[in-house]
Amino acid sequence: MSILVLAEHHDGQLAAATAHVVAAAQAIGGDIDVLVAGENVGAVADAAAKLDGVNKVRVADHAVYAHQLAEPMSALLAELAGGYSHVLAAASTTGKNILPRVAALKDVAQLSEVLEVVDADTFKRPIYAGNAIATVKSADSLKVITVRTTGFDAVGASGSASVENVDTVVENTQSTFLKQELAESDRPELGGARVVISGGRGMGSGENFKLLDGIADKLGAAIGASRAAVDAGFVPNDMQVGQTGKIVAPELYIAVGISGAIQHLAGMKDSKVIVAINKDEDAAIFQVADYGLVGDLFEILPELESKL
Amino acid sequence: MKVLVAVKRVIDYNVKIRVKPDNSDVDLTNVKMAMNPFCEIAVEEAVRLKEKGVATEVVAVTIGAKAAQEQLRTALALGADRAVHVETDERVDSLAAAKLLAKVVEEEQPQLVILGKQSIDTDNNQTGQMLAALAGLPQGTFASEVVVEGDKVQVTREVDGGLQTVELSLPAVITTDLRLNEPRYAKLPDIMKAKKKPLDVKPAADLGVEVQSRLTLLKVESPAERKGGIKVGSVDELVDKLKNEAKVL
Repeated sequence: MSILVLAEHHDGQLAAATAHVVAAAQAIGGDIDVLVAGENVGAVADAAAKLDGVNKVRVADHAVYAHQLAEPMSALLAELAGGYSHVLAAASTTGKNILPRVAALKDVAQLSEVLEVVDADTFKRPIYAGNAIATVKSADSLKVITVRTTGFDAVGASGSASVENVDTVVENTQSTFLKQELAESDRPELGGARVVISGGRGMGSGENFKLLDGIADKLGAAIGASRAAVDAGFVPNDMQVGQTGKIVAPELYIAVGISGAIQHLAGMKDSKVIVAINKDEDAAIFQVADYGLVGDLFEILPELESKL
Repeated sequence: MKVLVAVKRVIDYNVKIRVKPDNSDVDLTNVKMAMNPFCEIAVEEAVRLKEKGVATEVVAVTIGAKAAQEQLRTALALGADRAVHVETDERVDSLAAAKLLAKVVEEEQPQLVILGKQSIDTDNNQTGQMLAALAGLPQGTFASEVVVEGDKVQVTREVDGGLQTVELSLPAVITTDLRLNEPRYAKLPDIMKAKKKPLDVKPAADLGVEVQSRLTLLKVESPAERKGGIKVGSVDELVDKLKNEAKVL
């Protein structure tokens, strides 16, 4: 078996997600190649070559792959996929955008958000917002898979794979990148943080999210939010944890003023330890929380910050 | 221009699902069904494009058993002009759905196809991208804003770090994210009028698409239950538990 992993990268840096996808590839077994496609991605390729278990890094460096638009990226992957039994990418917005297009071009089904490898053909994945886990077997000769990164521990970075260029250049006349507006944050990335503290509608306003800052600084935590907090305009939507936002599984998840709707639980219930702070003692969040504290978050948060 | 909107009948998002005792699937008998929430947003966007004078006709399409016509009637009540029901009793996976939709696209020749980004039952997030690939069209996935200008469409997409805007040549495929719009409710007179709007039924078998999936569902299980936690009485106790019992601080 041979596996091609699509590297995830942003701003010239290899994203942490890639090391998790390589781990999933190792669970399948076989030779693992990593494809780095983009513009000026030399540093990304060097970082990918250090990932443990990688056989070879293939680099497609060309302006047409800048911003990894779905149309040229899927055409490139469909062309390279012929030599592989599996094509993997992170179940990030990049992977979800590109891989189904690759699968359709190759006339195979796709397995989304795989969280466990049973064998090379059989995988577990969540359905119904994580309220059921399906075991699915694929009879396709090529398996196209997006990987839920929180399901696999990242591989180390002590390898030294060879790096080779891919000369394939595809045309793209259908789509053009215009701009991007990225939310600024000095904190760890939500998906990879060891600790996440999230606020919900109970925070009352965007201004009050500042109450989480001090605690997040002390714990080295990322700050998240429930959909209700995003919809109320308190914080930008890339902070959203849930079925329609980011799926996280940190060691410690602190939910503040979050009721615990199914939609939200789908995004965080695999966290190792869950703490809920809520004034409503009947809130659904207490049913999944390891430690619950009933009370006014405006009193509890400053006290918690001072005692950490 | 013509806009095609794909909708799916799914379990209502408020229902707490149950896995069948034999672990063959999720139990859907006597469960409330509804239009997938992302599809509602797709219908709303199409209707708004019509209200702005950008779209001239909105066609709703669904794939599934006869009962799915209920969701097509909902789309008609919300403002779609006519509906197409691709009828099949088979379990249709994303690839088969995309192939069937590609046939409808070929026949209808819409300038824009709008789908939800994912259905809340299978959580696949594939059909729109697959349809775009099969129909040879560009794609604007996870859209939070759609602006049609001449023969192009600008789509602002929700990506992991924030927002990205791309420009696509028409015809194109768009999938909706939650913040694209706030779907309206169907009014009673519109529900009555929707009963008279045209609804065309096509047996899936007539479209010449192999719907047999190469994916086999072996088992469906409930996720591991979290064991019930405890309530603590104070911040001091919480910090102590996190440090000494859970050892995460």
